[in-house]
Amino acid sequence: MPVMSYADAAKLAVAEAMRDDLTVWCVGEDLGRGGVFKQYTGLVEEFGPQRISDAPISEAAIMGAAFGAAMAGTRPIVEMRFADFALCATDELVNQIAKARFMFGGQSRAPMVIRKPMGMWRSSAAQHSQSLESWYTHIPGLVVCCPATPQDNYSMMKAAIACDDPVVYLEHKNIWASEGEVDTNHAVDFGKAALRRSGRHVTLVSWSHTANVCVEAAETLAHQGIEAEVIDLRSLWPWDKAAVFDSVRKTGRLLVAHEAVSVAGFGAEVVATVAQNIPMKALPKRLGSPRGLIAYAPNLEDQMRVTAPMIAKAAQDMMENEPA
Amino acid sequence: MSLSNFDREAGLARLRMMERIRAFEETARSAAIDEELVLGAIHLSIGQEAVATGVIETLRRDDYILSTHRGHGHTLAKGAQADAMMKELLGREGGCCGGKGGSMHIADFGVRMLGANGVVGANITIAAGAAHGIKLLGGDQIVVCFFGDGASNRGPFLEGVNWAGVFNLPILFVCEDNQYSASTLTSDMTSGNIADRARALGLRTTEADGNDVTTLAATAAEITARIRETGTPEFLMAKTYRISGHTYFDPATYRPEGEAERMQATTCPIARQREALVAAGVPSAELDALAKEAHAEMDRALDAARSAPWPADETAFADVQDIGSPLQEAF
Ligand SMILES: Cc1ncc(C[n+]2csc(CCOP(=O)(O)OP(=O)(O)O)c2C)c(N)n1
Ligand SMILES: [Mg+2]
Repeated sequence: MPVMSYADAAKLAVAEAMRDDLTVWCVGEDLGRGGVFKQYTGLVEEFGPQRISDAPISEAAIMGAAFGAAMAGTRPIVEMRFADFALCATDELVNQIAKARFMFGGQSRAPMVIRKPMGMWRSSAAQHSQSLESWYTHIPGLVVCCPATPQDNYSMMKAAIACDDPVVYLEHKNIWASEGEVDTNHAVDFGKAALRRSGRHVTLVSWSHTANVCVEAAETLAHQGIEAEVIDLRSLWPWDKAAVFDSVRKTGRLLVAHEAVSVAGFGAEVVATVAQNIPMKALPKRLGSPRGLIAYAPNLEDQMRVTAPMIAKAAQDMMENEPA
Repeated sequence: MSLSNFDREAGLARLRMMERIRAFEETARSAAIDEELVLGAIHLSIGQEAVATGVIETLRRDDYILSTHRGHGHTLAKGAQADAMMKELLGREGGCCGGKGGSMHIADFGVRMLGANGVVGANITIAAGAAHGIKLLGGDQIVVCFFGDGASNRGPFLEGVNWAGVFNLPILFVCEDNQYSASTLTSDMTSGNIADRARALGLRTTEADGNDVTTLAATAAEITARIRETGTPEFLMAKTYRISGHTYFDPATYRPEGEAERMQATTCPIARQREALVAAGVPSAELDALAKEAHAEMDRALDAARSAPWPADETAFADVQDIGSPLQEAF
């Protein structure tokens, strides 16, 4: 199996889809030079500037025009450059794209992949670091996914392009260069979690880069005799309730960790859903960023970070502080 | 040609400011590359110093400016201290934003520099609003809003410029046309021309050589005086060129071979101003000394920044909001 980076895995999926289907095209700023994170490098040479299209700095037009082109029969991949800038196109996404099929009585579809590189990455400060995935889970009409590994970024990109619903596709900026094996025959369906590690004492649920951090935390916990099960949701809407329920039935303990602000983050949704359905041995917990803003200075940036030691500590506490 | 004393002093002051901006950015760039002291992306305005210098010298201290991601020059020219700016780029205590913003959010409200911006074009509506505020309060200050050629393709350009026209606000929009939007040639992604857009929105529009600080300053002086007098918005298109890459780590390979070198040789505003002053009889040793002084100032700023402590950890939670502040309740 080839080893490739998270960025290249998505690029391979895009290239394969574009070879298979002439209606697939990409649009965004600077794509002709490979995109700002080089996740499109080489594609314009193969597919030409019409299908790997540059765009003016016009996020609203990029999103709106791609939507129009989707209704006219194409399958656009929309590049928003940073998830933060996608906010400039929020009306197009939330009021138009997400609702078109329903409002028009099923006459139209919006088969679009909306790529939004997210998360904290080397002192990018408050306007280039946000994790806003929970916002989109709140919007009926959208599929939301957050791949954490090169394999998933390949397989889920394939699934997203094939999907007839609009998919908000959040790649984490901090792991563009992370490498892993990619099996191009491996398909991933939305709503199917990945079991990243099995264990019997506590269930760690996460997604995106923090899923990798949870695996790290689970390794530390293993040294202390705590076997954590790590579930990477991969897609947040739909999300794999069955996998989480099964795991919590086994472990009796649930800890959800994510990079986004804890308050009203998707961890709250997971905890509430599990609490309504599965009796647990310990109070469930969510671990996210404090409800603060992301600063430039590294030590201030770190105040907002959910780290492996924090996850391990929270899991340990759950093991120790059991209600009688 | 010999210069009047007044022109000589003004010419030297302009060169000094441009040298300070250049020296600040060169120092920051080497601090980033050689010492990895600057952590986030920085966008250099090397080659564009005349625009900040020529326009801002015509402002009063209580006038406002708003800037872009490429904002060091504007901030220095408005009168911010290099020390506090360098500390900000290094994310240290004493930085003008307390280390929270870095280069892309540099701001110094003390000199009425209302902020750089990480979101291209976002400053245009905000600047119109600052001018709106001045008008509501009955003040006689004006606002200058700097933005790039690429920003003119964002919706807020239309909305902000229209707003200024509709409400007849004391603002000068300065489009700093360096020809590029990151790796994209702006003309490839722009229909028609930008100055015509401003004209179509009813603004008196002037096009100027943004690399000739003397004529630019004269043009800007006329315009800003008129805005102060009439309270009516205007638009200035300043043609310039970004000699450096988009960010300090951008090799800018998307530009035609030799373009940057050719432009540097022919249009660099600092070289042009030096030549003009030498031709007018100012000894070049005096000009060398001025450049050296600028570098020494920035070296001192870097030294001070390098030895400054990190901001106190708890400041991460300060200045978010009063009610429901994370200092009281973060989860
Ligand atoms: C809304 C938004 N879209 C995209 C970006 C990414 N970006 C940062 S600078 C830049 C180019 C801006 O070009 P221009 O306005 O000409 O200014 P210049 O960089 O040339 O000074 C882009 C696309 C952004 N910061 N904000
Ligand atoms: Mg530009």
